[in-house]
Amino acid sequence: MAKSILSLVLNGRRRDDAVADNMLLIDYLREVAGLTGTKMGCDGGECGACTVLVDDRPRLSCISLAYTVAGRRVETIEGARRGGRISRLQRAFHEKLGSQCGYCTPGMIMASEGLLRRNPTPSDDEIRQGLSGNICRCTGYVKIIESVLSAADGSVP
Amino acid sequence: MEYMPEFSVVRPATVAEAVAMRAADPEARFVAGGTDLVPNIRRGIVAPAKVIDLNGLEEIRKIESVDGGLRIGAAVTLAELIEDGRLRADYTGIVEAAGAVAATSHRQVGTVGGNLCLDTRCLFYNQSEWWRRSNDYCLKSRGDVCHVAPKGDHCFAAFSGDLAPALMVLGAAAEIASPSGGRIIPLTGMYQDDGLAYLLLGADEMLVAVRVPAPADGFKTGYAKSRVRGAIDFPLAGVAVGLRRDADAVVDLSVALTGTNSMPLMIEGTDALTGAPPDDAMLARLDGLVRDRIQPMSSTFSPPGYRRRVVAKLTRSLIRRLYREG
Ligand SMILES: Cc1cc2nc3c(=O)[nH]c(=O)nc-3n(C[C@H](O)[C@H](O)[C@H](O)COP(=O)(O)OP(=O)(O)OC[C@H]3O[C@@H](n4cnc5c(N)ncnc54)[C@H](O)[C@@H]3O)c2cc1C
Ligand code: SF4
Ligand code: FES
Ligand code: FES
Repeated sequence: MAKSILSLVLNGRRRDDAVADNMLLIDYLREVAGLTGTKMGCDGGECGACTVLVDDRPRLSCISLAYTVAGRRVETIEGARRGGRISRLQRAFHEKLGSQCGYCTPGMIMASEGLLRRNPTPSDDEIRQGLSGNICRCTGYVKIIESVLSAADGSVP
Repeated sequence: MEYMPEFSVVRPATVAEAVAMRAADPEARFVAGGTDLVPNIRRGIVAPAKVIDLNGLEEIRKIESVDGGLRIGAAVTLAELIEDGRLRADYTGIVEAAGAVAATSHRQVGTVGGNLCLDTRCLFYNQSEWWRRSNDYCLKSRGDVCHVAPKGDHCFAAFSGDLAPALMVLGAAAEIASPSGGRIIPLTGMYQDDGLAYLLLGADEMLVAVRVPAPADGFKTGYAKSRVRGAIDFPLAGVAVGLRRDADAVVDLSVALTGTNSMPLMIEGTDALTGAPPDDAMLARLDGLVRDRIQPMSSTFSPPGYRRRVVAKLTRSLIRRLYREG
């Protein structure tokens, strides 16, 4: 099986690993890097649970081959903490009940983080657009949208 | 760890290298964004031993202004397409179609070439390995019966890419490369109505770019689709319209469809409908032209009759919208 060296910046740290050509990014993150915060929810591209950021843009790690992020900055939910504290978005999901069982939450937060970096003050509609690839079976989405809005307008401490 | 069949990846640096690799190994598959190919590999639908990654081909990763129109490289992503100022200004239909493909995260890597060469889809085909095995597979992959039309030996899987019709109403051409050179053909000539062999590309050929002429002054384009999951889904049917209005008449009209057949369809004969406003009489004649060409089959969860009705509705409301705006 052909392999190559994957050099990337993962949650701010440079890493080099040998990965097989057919390895999925989600398997690299969970099995090689040991970052199990990224979840697998479907058999390919349908649910968004596996969303991570690659160079600030949302990417589905379950349909991305690991080698394609060589030389890129990859961020997972484990990298969301800022200065020893959970991020503004994470606090907002906590305060506004944007998370129930929590399975979709890492993907929701990474997709929201990607959205806020492109558009720091999204409208309700833009949030729906930005999260359109993410499925949640618990919240009914209303609380998730409230969470993102309150992270954006700074009403969450 | 997810099950993944074994394959190796080669990464050509030029188009010439890429087509030479394909010519040497016709079973190898091109991959661009992988948002179609990788799920299909994961589901065991396709199992290439070698994958040729097109992302290193800088020459096909840009949008250039050529002869007043645009040359869009096959490896340009849908996100880049949507964000391009030139497209937003003059090629609204393309931007609307690209924006209706999957979700933001797919569009960051999904490409124009991948969208135009997208595998045809069917509810008996885009399923997991165990689902298909328990159904004895089907004609398109490993089986010998078509579950949609069991008496025949034809596959009716639907072409479901959103971009093709939006490009067709603008008269786009496909630039194709092969080891023996290249050719430029109308985009409509790249397809045939066969779910198994929907692309008229040779084993050693690759789509390198689409050329889109500048729309005539006042020619407006738009795209509308219907889907099961409103937020993100393939089209049950998709319609692109290009239209020019002068005073109280439509003076130019092109209509193209996706999701209804195994190929995207350009509706012929729309010229004969111009010179009148889009009133009920004109739209009824257009319905007739469309009805004769489309052949939705039971390849989606929504029945063919529903998709027929939806095509007519979408076309009518899109034409009225563009006429109002025009
Ligand atoms: C959940 C989900 C929803 C989706 N919804 C939609 C939707 O609503 N509408 C839609 O249109 N698509 C949809 N898609 C499919 C896909 O994301 C897009 O069509 C995308 O544009 C495909 O591009 P890609 O670069 O990722 O293709 P790839 O997967 O890289 O390639 C697709 C096919 O094209 C071939 N190919 C790629 N480039 C070339 C080339 N230059 N020359 C010759 N052959 C080539 C590949 O070999 C492969 O067979 C969806 C996908 C998922 C997973
Ligand atoms: S139309 Fe028939 S042969 Fe084609 S994918 Fe569907 S069931 Fe299979
Ligand atoms: S696990 Fe990636 S989209 Fe569902
Ligand atoms: S909180 Fe349970 S799936 Fe979203």
